[in-house]
Amino acid sequence: MRENKMEQMKLFQWINMVSFAVNDIVLYLDTHPKDQEAIAYFNHFREVRTKALKEYEKNYGPLTLDTAKADQMWLWSTQPMPWEGGYC
Amino acid sequence: MWNYEKRLQYPVNITQTNPQIAQVIISQFGGPDGELSASMRYLSQRYTIPYREVAGLLTDIGTEELAHMEIVCTIIYQLTKDLTPEEIKASGFDKYYVDHTLALWPQAAGGIPFNACEFQSKGDPITDLTEDMAAEQKARSTYENILRLVKDPEVCDPIRYLREREVVHFQRFGEGLRIVQEHLDSKNFYAANPAFDCRKS
Repeated sequence: MRENKMEQMKLFQWINMVSFAVNDIVLYLDTHPKDQEAIAYFNHFREVRTKALKEYEKNYGPLTLDTAKADQMWLWSTQPMPWEGGYC
Repeated sequence: MWNYEKRLQYPVNITQTNPQIAQVIISQFGGPDGELSASMRYLSQRYTIPYREVAGLLTDIGTEELAHMEIVCTIIYQLTKDLTPEEIKASGFDKYYVDHTLALWPQAAGGIPFNACEFQSKGDPITDLTEDMAAEQKARSTYENILRLVKDPEVCDPIRYLREREVVHFQRFGEGLRIVQEHLDSKNFYAANPAFDCRKS
């Protein structure tokens, strides 16, 4: 159980990191729409982020509605909220 | 349209409450240079910006400011969680508490409620982007003022992150202003409002 929590925390932190890479390059691309290096950077991290969000949903629950799959229980609203500290 | 993502843009895990410092940080929620003002400023200005890439930039930064508002609110929430009446009285949090208990309400540190008069949406791209650059600098100064008062590393860490984003946004708005100026030519040397005076008939 404890090890599982560590794995969850690591994946959550990874999602935060790659999502930041996407956020930040989006602002740069808004003012540099033809920068090929930035476009490649965006494409790479967008893909990594999508994969990580899907993996998180599969193991621990959804962080986005696009990756939420309803099964026995509606986890979107019953799992912890971001302001509670820790990870959702 | 917006989608919610169930995570903070930058993590906040504060283990020690401090209602006194929460009353200072609340200015970055509902104060003059706070995140709510920032988001509303950019999301209001974007409609009349005649250049698409700058409208896109205002949309994306305005959206990020909503995420920053959530970080600031989380900091305040965790700094005031489960306070006792004694702690509330001793810290001077009683004047806020009497109206809002431990809820989040957008106000400046001095108690002035959030007000749209704290930002402008002028409808002139040069005016608006110049305001936006100043706004990012004002928010950076406010975060630096907060950092001089806060010693708890669990609070300083997310505040430092927010301060850094002000610097990045200032840079991007500078580029946005440059894009606007590049659209102006010798026929509009005096930069007459390109959103109003130079509309295609």
